[in-house]
Amino acid sequence: MNYIPVTELEKEEMLKEIGINSIDELFRDIPEDLKFKGELKLPKGLSEYETRKALIKMAAKNTDMNQLANYMGAGAYNHYVPTLVDHLLSRSEFYTAYTPYQPEISQGTLQSIYEFQTIVCELFGMDVSNASVYDGATAVAEAMVMACDKKKTEIILSKGLHKEYSETVETYANGMGFTVKYAELDEGITPVEAFEAQATDATAAYVVMYPNFYGCIEDIQKIADAAHARKALLIVSVSDLSSMGILEAPGNLGADIVCGDGMPFAGPLSFSGPSIGLIATTDKLIRKLPGRIVGITEDLEGKRAFVLTMQAREQHIRREKASSNICSNQALYALANNITLSTLGKYGLKEMAENTLTNAHYCRDKLLEIDGIEMLYDQPFYSEFALKLPIPARVLQKHLLKHEILGPVDMGIFDEELSNIGLFFVSEIRSKDDMDRLAVAVEVIINEQRFI
Amino acid sequence: MSKDLFNQTEALIFDKSRPGHKAYFLPEMSIEKLDKNKVIPSHLIRKTEADLPEVSEIDVVRHFTHLSNKNFGVDTGFYPLGSCTMKYNPKLNENTARLPGFSWLHPYQPVETIQGALQLMYLTQLSLAEITGMDKVTLQPAAGAHGELAGIKIIKAYHDSRGDTKRTKIIVPDSAHGTNPATATMAGFQVIEIKSSSEGDIDLDALKAVVGDDTAGFMLTNPSTLGLFERNIKQIAEIIHGAGGLLYYDGANTNAIMGITRPGDMGFDVVHVNLHKTFSTPHGGGGPGSGPVGVKEFLAKFLPIPTVEYVAYKDKYILNYDIPESIGRMKSFYGNFAVIVRAYTYIRALGADGLKMSSEYAVLNANYLKKLVGKHLAVEAPERFCMHEFICTPKNIHETGVHTLDIAKRMIDYGYHPPTIYFPLIVEEAMMIEPTETEGIETLKEFAEVVAAIVNECRTDAEIVKTAPHTTYLRRLDEVKAAREPNLRYRRPVVE
Repeated sequence: MNYIPVTELEKEEMLKEIGINSIDELFRDIPEDLKFKGELKLPKGLSEYETRKALIKMAAKNTDMNQLANYMGAGAYNHYVPTLVDHLLSRSEFYTAYTPYQPEISQGTLQSIYEFQTIVCELFGMDVSNASVYDGATAVAEAMVMACDKKKTEIILSKGLHKEYSETVETYANGMGFTVKYAELDEGITPVEAFEAQATDATAAYVVMYPNFYGCIEDIQKIADAAHARKALLIVSVSDLSSMGILEAPGNLGADIVCGDGMPFAGPLSFSGPSIGLIATTDKLIRKLPGRIVGITEDLEGKRAFVLTMQAREQHIRREKASSNICSNQALYALANNITLSTLGKYGLKEMAENTLTNAHYCRDKLLEIDGIEMLYDQPFYSEFALKLPIPARVLQKHLLKHEILGPVDMGIFDEELSNIGLFFVSEIRSKDDMDRLAVAVEVIINEQRFI
Repeated sequence: MSKDLFNQTEALIFDKSRPGHKAYFLPEMSIEKLDKNKVIPSHLIRKTEADLPEVSEIDVVRHFTHLSNKNFGVDTGFYPLGSCTMKYNPKLNENTARLPGFSWLHPYQPVETIQGALQLMYLTQLSLAEITGMDKVTLQPAAGAHGELAGIKIIKAYHDSRGDTKRTKIIVPDSAHGTNPATATMAGFQVIEIKSSSEGDIDLDALKAVVGDDTAGFMLTNPSTLGLFERNIKQIAEIIHGAGGLLYYDGANTNAIMGITRPGDMGFDVVHVNLHKTFSTPHGGGGPGSGPVGVKEFLAKFLPIPTVEYVAYKDKYILNYDIPESIGRMKSFYGNFAVIVRAYTYIRALGADGLKMSSEYAVLNANYLKKLVGKHLAVEAPERFCMHEFICTPKNIHETGVHTLDIAKRMIDYGYHPPTIYFPLIVEEAMMIEPTETEGIETLKEFAEVVAAIVNECRTDAEIVKTAPHTTYLRRLDEVKAAREPNLRYRRPVVE
């Protein structure tokens, strides 16, 4: 099939207007030996009905989380997303538009981004946000680019930063001439001394995850103070965004740049996204922010209007001197975050966070009752906790699937030495029954495995 | 009293907040609420709630519905935004991306439970490799510029792996997208810009003059940003390869060439394509896109981790992290998966024929429209056939004092989204028009008639053009004020 609304007759009319006999003639600028001969080796096209069937069949080879009780997080957190979000996102005036270059007919997108920027600033306690970057990992990488300059070329990452985030930062740093160093954890959190041991005059920023990759809540105030004493910045990467309903905003604890990932409030996790990177900073660093920013202005008649602004930072103006190469971001998911957080509102986010905290602690306590299970680190946590298991996490995970339970994340995939560590994520959507069922299943599986 | 919903300012969602209103209902708790003070140190507990709105469900729905009414999308009307390929976004793709078996998957699910997702990614990789004439593809980059960064890093990794560390320069033509030089800088290269000929071709002498043993690579869009096929592409490839550099293909304009010619056959070593342009996935108001990167076999070992592989003897798809010379990871997880599902659906529905036909009709539509518009405005390279887009300018009505911006704004009054304007930078007062293959002849004719009408207005009543738009609820905006007095977020007024 195709989506071409031109008949043979109309085609003839067009060719005649152009003054040629066939479409092939239009390609005369392509050297003959570069023309592709024959047909691309792709499956034959299908009708709409057949395509849908083929895709349904392929989707059915996956086990979807809706059929399971999920305890996997580690950067992809499943919270309640109101039904209205997808309906509003599906308004094609939003999703079939592009970057709002023509503000007079793009006020919907522009106003929504302005509201989104406000929400991000409110969550993080910061002055200014952009219109989004790709995801939580690239947000930290962009934050590094903001923090570093010709003299300050080093960045120190806490070992508690999501491993895939650290890897992404390393990819970006390599080539820009920046050095990535690591601050080791002590009992699951990053002591100030671990940063200080690595710091030099060239240190541009300390980076810490909040709560961190192991679920532990870092004391970012102390780390901010230490960074500032060294004339370095503090970059905070918020892991589970819903934690902002209960944890002090990083901006109020001294953070200079705050990053996050809006996946939990964008809709279903979709395997790998799209997610959406959040990045917010202080007024002082505003000119270093990457990507699109929306501001308020007026039209000729003095009516309030929204417009892309401060574009002198951006690639289409500054080219090789731009603050980043980012062009397309994750605009539709910024809209989703705006809608979800507007729906939850001031008290919904708080209630979501408090319920998550309650559930996660209940679940942790239930699992700790099982013989052979221990906390990996005894630190304050929010929605995630890492447990030492008497069997490999991979094995537990595999058997839990039979009980229609997904999780925990096997930390062995990040570090072989952690193969007995399971990272559990619990949110407000888990019921007491779910968690009791998890505890029973884990106990049964561990006992069986020991017997084997 | 009636009010015109489409012609009024929509209050911010924050201004609609009324204490006590709520739009959410979370699952009831059957365990006692934990006292947060017992488990979180007090200084890390939030003192004041984030100031989010308190609104009812109907308020949220109406607010965002009203906002959508203030937007123009492809579904609203003709959107000939050059270089962006604003083709129709098939509704089928929206449905397949939302199938629970694709949408409700966690990235760390056991590999046995995500075989369909990995199969879809693998087949998309193969399809894109075939279409572009490359050997191996990664789907990880989240957008075109992100793909460029991955691709240029691969070029760097290649030279580094050979101990060839003196290659510090990336060459880009002056007609390039801004992302090209910005990307080269982010990858640590020095950018050398070369001038294009008056026809937008690469000036081979200028190219020869700058290449050398410090050339890491050359970034090229073909068809060029002037919508013209680069006729000297073989010589360009010889010059770059002869100097030991690699050739990078910016795939923003791939919609012109599917099944007709392939970057891999032209001599490109690395390509990126934009799924949100060529492969019909929606632009989302500025993303998410997806920018897969394809490479020739000798560069495959530098692709970002992880790649999706098929293990034939086990009949199993896997994520491969074991790529020792990889440039590393470009983002968390595996790519903008839901976008990839849409693109795969498109490729599967169209097949080889449909894709080729799409490119043919994209080029046919562009040339037809160029012919019609060329009767009223000056077109660049009038004697050549364009590819999927063309450039026109108001040079021919210079005496009217009307600028491209004015014409673009006046198009809005006639119900069209304006083309890309003031790009490429090398053409003064450029209007870059890309109709795409999903528009019919009537639309193209009507658009040309509107151009004719506006040109006529320029001659008879230029003021109406210079002060457009007139029919929108907003008139032209004061962009200077926005930049001088930045107001980038709402702050609730303090009540005495």
